[in-house]
Amino acid sequence: MGLLSDPVRRRALARLVLRLNAPLCVLSYVAGIAWFLALVFPPLTQRTYMSENAMGSTMVEEQFAGGDRARAFARDFAAHRKKSGALPVAWLERTMRSVGLEVYTQSFSRKLPFPDETHERYMVSGTNVYGILRAPRAASTESLVLTVPCGSDSTNSQAVGLLLALAAHFRGQIYWAKDIVFLVTEHDLLGTEAWLEAYHDVNVTGMQSSPLQGRAGAIQAAVALELSSDVVTSLDVAVEGLNGQLPNLDLLNLFQTFCQKGGLLCTLQGKLQPEDWTSLDGPLQGLQTLLLMVLRQASGRPHGSHGLFLRYRVEALTLRGINSFRQYKYDLVAVGKALEGMFRKLNHLLERLHQSFFLYLLPGLSRFVSIGLYMPAVGFLLLVLGLKALELWMQLHEAGMGLEEPGGAPGPSVPLPPSQAMGLALYVLPVLGQHVATQHFPVAEAEAVVLTLLAIYAAGLALPHNTHRVVSTQAPDRGWMALKLVALIYLALQLGCIALTNFSLGFLLATTMVPTAALAKPHGPRTLYAALLVLTSPAATLLGSLFLWRELQEAPLSLAEGWQLFLAALAQGVLEHHTYGALLFPLLSLGLYPCWLLFWNVLFWK
Amino acid sequence: MAAAMPLALLVLLLLGPGGWCLAEPPRDSLREELVITPLPSGDVAATFQFRTRWDSELQREGVSHYRLFPKALGQLISKYSLRELHLSFTQGFWRTRYWGPPFLQAPSVWINLGRSSVMSSQGSSAPLSTSSTPPTQSLPLPPSNPWVWPMTLTTTFCAMLCCRGRWSAPKTSPPGRSSCPVVPRASLISFHLLQAGLSVLLKADRLFHTSYHSQAVHIRPVCRNARCTSISWELRQTLSVVFDAFITGQGKKDWSLFRMFSRTLTEPCPLASESRVYVDITTYNQDNETLEVHPPPTTTYQDVILGTRKTYAIYDLLDTAMINNSRNLNIQLKWKRPPENEAPPVPFLHAQRYVSGYGLQKGELSTLLYNTHPYRAFPVLLLDTVPWYLRLYVHTLTITSKGKENKPSYIHYQPAQDRLQPHLLEMLIQLPANSVTKVSIQFERALLKWTEYTPDPNHGFYVSPSVLSALVPSMVAAKPVDWEESPLFNSLFPVSDGSNYFVRLYTEPLLVNLPTPDFSMPYNVICLTCTVVAVCYGSFYNLLTRTFHIEEPRTGGLAKRLANLIRRARGVPPL
Repeated sequence: MGLLSDPVRRRALARLVLRLNAPLCVLSYVAGIAWFLALVFPPLTQRTYMSENAMGSTMVEEQFAGGDRARAFARDFAAHRKKSGALPVAWLERTMRSVGLEVYTQSFSRKLPFPDETHERYMVSGTNVYGILRAPRAASTESLVLTVPCGSDSTNSQAVGLLLALAAHFRGQIYWAKDIVFLVTEHDLLGTEAWLEAYHDVNVTGMQSSPLQGRAGAIQAAVALELSSDVVTSLDVAVEGLNGQLPNLDLLNLFQTFCQKGGLLCTLQGKLQPEDWTSLDGPLQGLQTLLLMVLRQASGRPHGSHGLFLRYRVEALTLRGINSFRQYKYDLVAVGKALEGMFRKLNHLLERLHQSFFLYLLPGLSRFVSIGLYMPAVGFLLLVLGLKALELWMQLHEAGMGLEEPGGAPGPSVPLPPSQAMGLALYVLPVLGQHVATQHFPVAEAEAVVLTLLAIYAAGLALPHNTHRVVSTQAPDRGWMALKLVALIYLALQLGCIALTNFSLGFLLATTMVPTAALAKPHGPRTLYAALLVLTSPAATLLGSLFLWRELQEAPLSLAEGWQLFLAALAQGVLEHHTYGALLFPLLSLGLYPCWLLFWNVLFWK
Repeated sequence: MAAAMPLALLVLLLLGPGGWCLAEPPRDSLREELVITPLPSGDVAATFQFRTRWDSELQREGVSHYRLFPKALGQLISKYSLRELHLSFTQGFWRTRYWGPPFLQAPSVWINLGRSSVMSSQGSSAPLSTSSTPPTQSLPLPPSNPWVWPMTLTTTFCAMLCCRGRWSAPKTSPPGRSSCPVVPRASLISFHLLQAGLSVLLKADRLFHTSYHSQAVHIRPVCRNARCTSISWELRQTLSVVFDAFITGQGKKDWSLFRMFSRTLTEPCPLASESRVYVDITTYNQDNETLEVHPPPTTTYQDVILGTRKTYAIYDLLDTAMINNSRNLNIQLKWKRPPENEAPPVPFLHAQRYVSGYGLQKGELSTLLYNTHPYRAFPVLLLDTVPWYLRLYVHTLTITSKGKENKPSYIHYQPAQDRLQPHLLEMLIQLPANSVTKVSIQFERALLKWTEYTPDPNHGFYVSPSVLSALVPSMVAAKPVDWEESPLFNSLFPVSDGSNYFVRLYTEPLLVNLPTPDFSMPYNVICLTCTVVAVCYGSFYNLLTRTFHIEEPRTGGLAKRLANLIRRARGVPPL
C-alpha cells in the first residue's frame, strides 16, 4: 500500500497500466477462460466424498420387492388417467388410503400471464394428491418428500406406480423417524409450486389454491421421480434448480453411492461418467458435462420439480429414468431399492443437510469443483473491466488536468435514464401490451409477447440517435470516455453480483460481454465493433447458448430450428418469471440490457 | 431424534421391599386396570393404569416402612413436602383428528409440581384441568434453585429433562404451581417391572412397535373421608399405547391380546385388590352390532365418556372362572362386517399448527383450530409458550374465522426476556360453528450467541405445542334423543348435564431453524478480518490523513555525500 501513498511509484504504476493495458486485458481474459477450461483437470477437480456422518455408510439392507405391484399400480393409473383425461384423483386417494397413508388433496388454479404454447396451457386448474406416512412414536416435526410431477401428457405413470409401491413397502416398516410425504402433482411444476406455497403458507407467484389439511413439519429433503417405462437403462440425475440454486452436494453423493451399491448406471446431464481422469479423454468428456451444467444452471429455470423445493431450503434432486437402446436394463425393483436406500439414509439425518458444499460445479458424478476453485475464472474476466476502467479514469484524469470542468454540462449521464427506461419497457410492455398487440396484428398472445420483446429490444438500438441531440458537443472525447467508464463499472458490478449467486450465468455473460465492452469506442472500424457488440448482446448470447447446448447434447440444430427454439425460450423465460419467480428475465431486461445499451451509445457517440 | 431416544418402561418399582406381615390390615392397596379402545381410524389404544393408594401421612409421620408404595417417590414427597406431582413422558403425537379426543392428555413431558393445598375431595376431576383446581395461598417452592426439580426427577426417573429458562406458570392456572408445561425433547432410560397380572402384557419389543406411547406418573393426596381429616397418598402410573392396525394386523382391523402384545393374561396380580380389563365395544352405527368380542363378557358397563355413550365389556381377572377355563385369557375382537374404507368421524375440536414462510429471517406461527360441530360455537382457551429466540410481533397477531376477523374475548401476553423467560400468550377465542379459525403471529428469528447453540444447531429448535382447553359440546347432546324410548320426565330436564365435556389438546411441536453460523468459520473469519483490517485500514488511514509534497529528487547518493564531506572540510559550499 506504500505503492499508493508514494506519488512517484503511483505514477509509475499508472504508466504501466496505461502502457500495458491492452496486453494485460488480453492476458487476463485468456487467463480467465483457461482457468475455466482447467477446472476439469484433476488438481482442480476433486473426488466427491460424503461429509454427513449420519449418512456415512450404505449399510442399509434394501428389502423393496414390489416390482410387480409397482407395475400393476402404474397400469391402473395409466388406465384411469386415460379414461378421465386428467389426474385420477379419486383413484389415487383410494389407493393411497388402501396402502395405509393419511390422504389429502389440494386444488389449485392459475391463470398464466399469456398462453404457454410449449405446454399448451393457459387457464390451469388441477388437484394435487398427497399421502402422509406418519412415523410411529414421532411428533411430525420433520418429514421427507417423494414427489412425482404428472404433466398433461400420459408420461410418468411408472413413477406413480413406483411411488405407490414404495409407499406400501415403507408403511410396513417401523424404523421411520421422519414422516414421509408421497406427493403426486398435476400440471407438473405448477402443481408442485402450488403445493409448496400452500405448505409454507406463502403466496409468491399469485397462485390460487386451497389450504392444506395435513402437514408434516419441516421438510428435510425431497426426491422427485420421473419414470416413463417399466425398465430403464440408466438413471439421470438433475440438480440445477430455480435461479441456479443447487442442493447440498451430500444429497447427490447419497444418490451416487446407492447407484454404485445397486450397480445402477447413473448419468449426469445425460452423459456417462468418464472412468479415467488421468489421460486427456476423461477431462475432455468432463468438460462437456461441465459446459452442459453451466448452460443449464445459467438458464435459471428449474430442471425438474426438485428445483422449486430449493427456495424453501429443502435439499432436493430429480431422478429421471432413461430408456435407451442399451442392452442391459434395470427394472423398477432396482430403482425402488436405490430410492429405499436413499430414504432410509435421509431418515437417519439428525440435522438438515449442511455439511457439504452448496456451491459447486460438476464435471462428473464423482467429481466436483468447489467454489474456491472456480471463482478465479470469473475474477480474471472481471479484471479486464477493472483494468479498462482504470485506464479510462487515468486518461480522463490526465485530460482533465488542463481544462476546467464545463459547468453543468450534460455529459455522460444523458444516455443512462433512456436506456434504463428501455429496460423497464422491455420488462413491462410485452405482457401488459399483449392484448393491444393481438387486436392490431394478426398474432396470438404468446407470439405477441415474443415479438414485442424483440421489437423493443431492437428499438433500443436506435437510442443513440435520439440522445445525441441533447448531448453537448463540448469535449466530445471526455463524454464517451466518462460514459464508458460508468458503463464498465456498472457492468462489472452486475456481473460480480450475478457470479456470486449464480456462477454459471455470471461466467457465461462475462465471457461474451467483457471483450466487446472493453473494445467499444467511437473510433476505428465502427461497423465491425457494432457487429461484435450485437453478437455479444444478451439475446445473442441466449441464441448462441441454445446452439452450444444442442451441440453438446449431440443433437445439433439447424438455423431455422434454432430460431424457433430461441422464440420458445424467450416465451418460456417470461413465463417462468411469472409462474415460478425465475429471475433471469428481469435480470437481463432491467440490468444487463440497459448496461449493454450504454456500450452501444458509446459506440455511436458523436 | 425421536427414534434414537432410548426409552423403556416406567411402570416401576411395583415390587416394594414389602414384608408380608398381614397381622394388621394393609394400609395400602393396588388396583390395576387395562382399557382397550378401538379408535375411529381402526387403530387400537390400550391404556394401563396402576393405582396405589397408601393411607399414610407421609409428610407428618416419619415413615420408613414401605410396602407397595415406592420408596424413592415416598422420600421425594416427604423431603420436599411435595403436594402433587404429575410427570408424563410421551413419544409420538396423539392424532386427534383420526383417533378422537385423547384419554390422557399429555404432551411430550409435563411436570407439575404443586404446592397448593390438598385436593378438596376424592372425586375431583382431572388435576390438570384448569377449572377444577382450587387456588389457594401461594408458597415458594422449597428448593429455591429451579434446577433442583429437574435434577431430582432426572435421577429418579432416569430421564433427561432439560428446561431452558425459568419455569413459568400461565395466568389461568392457580398460583403456587410451578410447571414446565412441555419439554419438547426428553430422553428416558430403563425401568423395572413386575411380571404378574396385567403387567405381563408389557413386553418391551411390542410396546415399541406402536405408533403412540405415553407413560405418566401422577402423585396426589386424596381425602380419606368426607370431612377430609386425614389424607392418603395416591400414586397412579399409566401407560397408554396405540397399536397401528396396519402394521400389527396386516391391514385387518381385528385384534386380539396376543396379536397386540404377543402375550396373553394368565393370572391376576397377587398384590392387586382389583385387576380388570375393559374393552370398548361401543358400536359406531346404531342399526346393528358390528363388533364381536371373544370370550363373551360376563358383565358390561355403560357410561358417557368424552361426550359419547360407551359400552365396555368387563373381564375381571380375580374372577377365578375367567382364567380357569382355558388357563389363559386371550381377548379377541372381530368386526362382523369389516368397516368401510371411509374417512373416520372427525371430532368436534382438533387443531393443527405449523410454521409458515421461508428464509431465515422471519416467519409466522399459524394455528388452525377446527370446530366441526354443525351448529354450536364454543370458546377455546389457547395457551402458547414460545421461546424467546423467536421474537414475536404481537401487533401481527391475527385471528380469522370464516374470512372475518375474530376478536378474542380475553388476551394475556407476557413478553419474553432474553435468555430468561419465554413468551406467554394466552387467549380465549370463540370458535364459530363449522369453521376453521386461523391464529397467526409473525416472528423474527434471533441470532443466538455462538455458545448458546445446541450441539446440533442445524437440526433446528423446538417450539413447544400450543395447549387448547375447551368445553366441547358432547356427541350425546348433538344426537337426536330417542324420545319414544326414553321416560317422559326427560322432557322436564331438556338440558342434560353431559352436554359439554372438557378437553385439553396439544398441537404438534414445531421445529424452527434459526440462522446458524458455520462453526468452523469463526477462526477463518477472525484471521481474514484481522488481516484485511491490518492491511487496508493502516494504509487507507495513511492516505487520507497525510498531505503529499513532491520532493525534489535527490541526485547522487553516497558519492555526493562523500563529495560534500570533502567540500565541507575544504570550506567550500556543498553541492
